[in-house]
Amino acid sequence: MKLKISGGDIVNPAGEQFGKLDILIEDGKISAIGKDVGDAERVIDAAGLTVFPGFIDLHCHLREPGQEYKEDIMSGTKAAVKGGYTAVCCMPNTKPVMDTAAVVALVNDRARRAPAKVYPVGAASVGLSGKELTEMGEMSSLGCVAFSDDGHPIESGAMMRRAMMYAQTYGKMIMAHEEDLSIKGEGIMNEGYQSTVLGMPGISRVAEEAMIARDLLLAQTYGLKLHIQHVSTAGGIELIRAAKAKGTRVTCESAPHYFSADDSMCAGFDANTKVNPPLREKGDVKAVKAGLLDGTIDAIATDHAPHHKDEKKIEFALAASGISGFETAFSLAVTNLTDDADKLAELFSVNPARIIEKKSGVIENGSFADITIADMSKQYTFTEQSIISKGKNSPFIGQKLKGVVTHTIVDGELVYEAN
Amino acid sequence: MLLQSKDVLGLQYMPSEEISYIIESAATMKELLMQSAKKMPHLQGKSIVSLFYENSTRTRMSFELAGKYLGATVSNLGVSTSSVQKGETLLDTGKTLEAMGTDIVIIRHPLAGAPKFLGDNFSGSVLNAGDGMHEHPTQGLLDMFTMKEKFGELKGLNVTIIGDIMHSRVARSNIWGLTKLGANVTICGMDTMMPCAIERTGVTVSNNLIESVKDADVVMALRIQKERQKGGLLPSNREYHTFFGINDDVIDKCKKGVMIMHPGPVNRGVELSSAVMDADFSVIDTQVTNGVAVRMALLYILTRSKNNEA
Repeated sequence: MKLKISGGDIVNPAGEQFGKLDILIEDGKISAIGKDVGDAERVIDAAGLTVFPGFIDLHCHLREPGQEYKEDIMSGTKAAVKGGYTAVCCMPNTKPVMDTAAVVALVNDRARRAPAKVYPVGAASVGLSGKELTEMGEMSSLGCVAFSDDGHPIESGAMMRRAMMYAQTYGKMIMAHEEDLSIKGEGIMNEGYQSTVLGMPGISRVAEEAMIARDLLLAQTYGLKLHIQHVSTAGGIELIRAAKAKGTRVTCESAPHYFSADDSMCAGFDANTKVNPPLREKGDVKAVKAGLLDGTIDAIATDHAPHHKDEKKIEFALAASGISGFETAFSLAVTNLTDDADKLAELFSVNPARIIEKKSGVIENGSFADITIADMSKQYTFTEQSIISKGKNSPFIGQKLKGVVTHTIVDGELVYEAN
Repeated sequence: MLLQSKDVLGLQYMPSEEISYIIESAATMKELLMQSAKKMPHLQGKSIVSLFYENSTRTRMSFELAGKYLGATVSNLGVSTSSVQKGETLLDTGKTLEAMGTDIVIIRHPLAGAPKFLGDNFSGSVLNAGDGMHEHPTQGLLDMFTMKEKFGELKGLNVTIIGDIMHSRVARSNIWGLTKLGANVTICGMDTMMPCAIERTGVTVSNNLIESVKDADVVMALRIQKERQKGGLLPSNREYHTFFGINDDVIDKCKKGVMIMHPGPVNRGVELSSAVMDADFSVIDTQVTNGVAVRMALLYILTRSKNNEA
């Protein structure tokens, strides 16, 4: 079946064709781009809409296998395509941990019928314990795009060095959750005026920055590739900026909540504001925005972390950390970061594709038809009822947002259409 | 006067008029408390439950007596700290107490924000008797009442709070209440026990005991919890007393008529020397009496607010 996207404004910073052109899709691939591409059985009227290369999320938690009460691969990818994601990288902190080819194969199997492409990120160490290397070679053959002990920082510097080197053997890199647990201590929110006033143990920014510094030095000294996850502090961004200037092979991401919210949102003890790294201060929010706009931060990743209501409707200290993020990422970026569509395409599509070395992030003849279409100016109030992920845990419920994904196309198939 | 909130969670957001009103009412309650027949009908027919997830003798007893003197039915639900993590959730405990017709829940909890969480999910009133490092509003109110009794006025009063400010909900409630009513608050202690950005609350911060007490009208020493030493925040109680303990030498450097306070229980020889603790300028026992009066006043005002709503 032929599918035509008609009258949209193509944003395509990595490609050659852009502007008000039509796109024709055949057999899952783009077969023509231009003013007159011919007829199709199905036509999407994209007049007034913006057409992006499909969004890729470098960081999410799909919870399957093992925690299907929070989310599963089907429910998670349905939420992902609603957020405009055509592909997502899922983290290995499943039960059992995705630290063997067998678990990767299971995830691949469950993902076959999912509306979005699922790229597994395997564990870097067995059981996320930071002690023994996993069989990264085998897992790479099954499609793992990177390795990570996400959420369980690799405490030993020697182990981190070995993991980075071993991953490189198979052309892969480590995606690092940067946190020095001894500095973090008992902390549950950002350390600052707010934690003092609320009487909650604080997480020092040094916990994140000290680990970033260590891993940047490893990357720089040994010429290894490193991807730093969810940067949240001004100081961390400064370290990465300096390392990039020296030619270190580092890329990094930040999440929408780090440029859309600060720790003053924790004042009502609402556990939906609990996330790790924690919501920081206004100066950090400003630095994250600046870092995204000047290219220091390569990508926006959701860190979609769905949780059951019972894990959030509880005392703050006992609540699970994380925010359900697929369905608000694009809106938060348009609302709080920029309405420059080229910049958004870089942060949501082009750079994520480059980081995991996928031939997407571009709209061109013959490429996979992974496309996201959005209404950049539509405003709405985000409600809990509208969330289709199993995880309703969002601190942005009730906020007025701008920018809505209207269509998501994966391999030429229209997998999501807003009503 | 009615309180604007059904719950009393802290002094940070309590309007200064409400604070003053509670302190004034406490003075009246203290007169009743001093009578030989301590049974008043103010809270007759009201059901109060105290829900303590942390050990406490004086606060719990103080609330219990305050409720009983005013004729309420007071029951205690003791919960061991371990069941915060296991056992029934606070949400469900709140629902159970509500189903049993409880009007007021008095809660002490090791986690900051637990009373707020309970209050959001319970239709009666919730009174915070101390939550983590957050607030201990009735302690702040009774301390302010005790200061007002002696000095008549809180405005312009110099109050110095000494010790483990970081872990102290007593310090936080006093800081909010006192600064709101115009007192000058200085906090003093070692930097390992100073919370981040505390100066933004409007207090003066010092590491020098003598400097910080020499102009003080009130010196309040906080309890040093035993586990802090194990946690590596201070090397020894001996060194603590040498630099931050209140003894006769320190009293000599203070103004004449200085008042010494402590929320109790005191580690004799650590925060206060025995001689200072037993001297007539220490008002620790008065604080205990005033605690009952303040809690009587607050319980009465809360139930009345509730009645008028209906």
